[in-house]
Amino acid sequence: MILGIDVGGTHTDAVLIENLVVKRKTKVPTDEKNLLNSLLAVTTNLLRDEQPEKLERVVLSTTISTNAIVQKKTDRVGMILISGPGLPPSLLPVHEDSIHIRGYSNHRGAEMAAIDPEEVAQASRRFQEKEIRHLGVVGKFSTRNPKQETVVRDLLDGSYRHISMGHRLSGHLNFPRRIATTYLNESIWRRYNTFITQIQGFVRDQGITVPIYILKADGGTFDIEHSREFPVQTILSGPAASIMGILSMARCRRDAVALDMGGTTTDIALFADGVPLLEPFGVTIEGHKTLIRGLKTKSIGVGGDSLVSVTDGRLQIGPVREGPAYACGGPCPTPTDAMIVLGMTDIGDALLARRAMEDIGRQLNMGIEDAARAVYEETCRIVSAAVTSMVEEVNNKPVYTIHEILEGKKLIPKTLFVVGGPAGAIAPRMAELLGCPAQIPEHAEVANAIGAALARTTAEMTLLADTEQQLLTIAEDGYQEAIPARFTRADAIRIGQDRLRKKVMAMGAREEDLEIEVIEDMEFNMVKQFYTTGKNIRVKVQVKPGLIAGFTEGGKA
Amino acid sequence: MTKKPRKTGLIFFPAFDWAISPTHPEREERLLYTQDQVFEEGLLDFENILEFKPGMATVEDINRAHICVPDARSVITESHLISAGGAITAADKVLRKEVDNAFALVRPPGHHAMLVVHGARGFCNINIEAVMVEYIRKHYGIRKVAIVDTDCHHGDGTQDIYWNDPDTLCISIHQDGRTLYPGTGFPEEMGGPNALGYTINIPLPPRTSDEGFLYTLENAILPILDDFQPELIINSAGQDNHYSDPITNMRFSARGYALLNDRLSPDIAVLEGGYSIEKALPYVNMGIILAMAGLDYDSVREPDFHAESLRQSDELTRKIERDVAEIHRLWKSRHSLKKKMVGDSRYTRRRKGIYYDTDGISEHQEETVRICEDCGGLVLIDSQADTGKRIYAVIIPHHACPACRLEGEDFFGKIPVQQYSHVYLQDRDKDNFQVKSR
Repeated sequence: MILGIDVGGTHTDAVLIENLVVKRKTKVPTDEKNLLNSLLAVTTNLLRDEQPEKLERVVLSTTISTNAIVQKKTDRVGMILISGPGLPPSLLPVHEDSIHIRGYSNHRGAEMAAIDPEEVAQASRRFQEKEIRHLGVVGKFSTRNPKQETVVRDLLDGSYRHISMGHRLSGHLNFPRRIATTYLNESIWRRYNTFITQIQGFVRDQGITVPIYILKADGGTFDIEHSREFPVQTILSGPAASIMGILSMARCRRDAVALDMGGTTTDIALFADGVPLLEPFGVTIEGHKTLIRGLKTKSIGVGGDSLVSVTDGRLQIGPVREGPAYACGGPCPTPTDAMIVLGMTDIGDALLARRAMEDIGRQLNMGIEDAARAVYEETCRIVSAAVTSMVEEVNNKPVYTIHEILEGKKLIPKTLFVVGGPAGAIAPRMAELLGCPAQIPEHAEVANAIGAALARTTAEMTLLADTEQQLLTIAEDGYQEAIPARFTRADAIRIGQDRLRKKVMAMGAREEDLEIEVIEDMEFNMVKQFYTTGKNIRVKVQVKPGLIAGFTEGGKA
Repeated sequence: MTKKPRKTGLIFFPAFDWAISPTHPEREERLLYTQDQVFEEGLLDFENILEFKPGMATVEDINRAHICVPDARSVITESHLISAGGAITAADKVLRKEVDNAFALVRPPGHHAMLVVHGARGFCNINIEAVMVEYIRKHYGIRKVAIVDTDCHHGDGTQDIYWNDPDTLCISIHQDGRTLYPGTGFPEEMGGPNALGYTINIPLPPRTSDEGFLYTLENAILPILDDFQPELIINSAGQDNHYSDPITNMRFSARGYALLNDRLSPDIAVLEGGYSIEKALPYVNMGIILAMAGLDYDSVREPDFHAESLRQSDELTRKIERDVAEIHRLWKSRHSLKKKMVGDSRYTRRRKGIYYDTDGISEHQEETVRICEDCGGLVLIDSQADTGKRIYAVIIPHHACPACRLEGEDFFGKIPVQQYSHVYLQDRDKDNFQVKSR
């Protein structure tokens, strides 16, 4: 049995899954003041009469990190930046507690300017004066050579509650994003760790001894203890849970679109051959552009409760929500009212819904039914246009080899999955507009919890081998080793697969879930004066985001 | 420094799977560190820097700019279509006003490819700027274009293609041809009889530094552009004037390149040469992108940059000042020069030998131009290469006058095809390309 719990802003959902089938599900309001109350409520609901020894694992998706950032319940972080030449500080995401110090590593990881320990000590004194207890250290190109970040950390270790280093959070290049990611990780570190300690205590009190996992933004999980060092990985895991849930219920191996229409917004996600698409650089939260690998979602301001108005004879749907539908006691007309008039749903007061559409009809010079149809049509049109533009954007993504241009796969959705309140009403029309059949998956109301329960452990790893310097670097692990000049791309792939396997096993993965793939694999001759001096080999490996084994192969929720 | 950000399109195509040969300067690795720098600096995250996927140029696009022997397909690879396609994408984005300017960071380069193409020279097969310019003329009806070639090597291919076109101002600044490939690009190369003065060559002495480049820009290039009033300015942006370039001898810096692009303010920049792929390209490209996007580039600096050791000598400064004054004088006197040069003749003829260093081909060419007061003039080319191929080409210019058109069509009809492997008609005005073969 697997217990999957999604602690959302409004509801806490939970499912108990046995033999890959949803055995029980529950939904309670989230107690914002004490999340443990909500957890207690759902676990009590689901685990009553169950034999605790049958439980294999618990997976939790939480908004704690997201909310800490959104509500600015964060700690002050001193940032030490090794920026070198390039973008001026005015163009970097820096705040008043940032200090730039000397030092620079170039694109190949060669040290071009050294760290000055006295400058580091000075910076630290300034932070101490401000009573700053948390520190972030970020260097340009630190993913190519983590040494300078480590040097700074070692100089200051012990003087702070915790220190985050940029190179440990992602292997990708992007200095401004590395700064933002490191800052966020450190700013929520204390709150997150307090929460994890509480959870672990709570679980112990319940007599549960099985492994506990936390859901990440990429729709994968990691072990709760491992998550303590990387709280920023858990941001935006809510939408990820929902997408993974749809994936599990849809059991789809094709290109597909998932739509989640709520009251205020509609979230769109895409699947390529059944695999959810990721943000190429990283997810964005509250304006912070991060390097955190996350599922690609697009949120548009159209939902069942969007405000419907008429300006200059033209219908306007959203982006604001003034309250629930008019038929449900809300203040103004909404798409839901239109759907009620059209007999597509039986919630609310039909008379009120007609009154709302009558109002719209008067402004458009049409009858109630026609107005309702127009509102419904416009709602579907906006969503369908957003899907089309998202697909186009993905298909126009730049590529860097001739092979990819000539052989480039195009995403062509074959199926549409619709969840959320108005799913039943909009699905048929959306199918017509997008030209592919629509499905409404089972248990859609607890998709988030199912997604959390069935997600597999994921990770990625970036390797850089430089045979001229005879050095292999895996920045995320802070790992460097000497390699022979004859080192090849095949060696790099083998080491990458091997080390990634060990890493994800340590993160709590199960052997049968390890679908490791090579996502980047390039080799360049480095030439000086027309002679090859070595090879620059770049390899990225990942455990594909997806569902636990046994599931995708015909299991059924 | 506060600037007004501009919307800049970036067409980045490093062609990580294409090389002339494994250790050739034009190889897979060339834009690798540029990509690293662009990614690491987070340039693609700026809201005013938009990245676009390159389109692919077509054979029709190439035939508007070149006479390829025997045909376009046989002198190019897919990578050339993407490289030229990238330049075209840059143009489309600018002319459809999706962006304010655009930079096609693509390879392979093209500015040594001439009108007639028997093979590859100077790492170039087709001239990607010219293919782009002709595309622009066809699709957007733009007439006056200025191409400023800032590559360290003379842009001889571009010069050749527009030699007889008074609507295309070709300015090339480069290391003195007596000291560097291709050995041409002297001030007296000023264009064909009907376009005299619209080809401008500004050779700079070896060891010219930022100061000399920027002096030339301010005192020659910008005033001439101001006179010419082009509808579009294109920078043929080679990056081999850099002090670390392995095959040239100049002392230009990344910040100098940024300043140059800031002041020149090109609508479109297209990457040409530049082979200091580790020490120059990452920083130069970064500087150009920031400058085009109107962002602060003051902190762009090579890790080993040392201004004092790169300073140019006073003697060199004075020489550049004299040369620039002479360039300006030639430009001002361009109208009177025509009379002196052509006198009463109806046609002019020039013979030239062209060597394709990359492919090892020699070509002999005889170009005949009809003297015309009303258009760029009919151009007739007889070209023979040591591959055994001999071709004849009739080029009818844009905005051709009736007389040049009539004569051109007449020639194409009458040329005895037996003497040649192919006879071509490139009607730039009607966008018509025809081939006859025996």
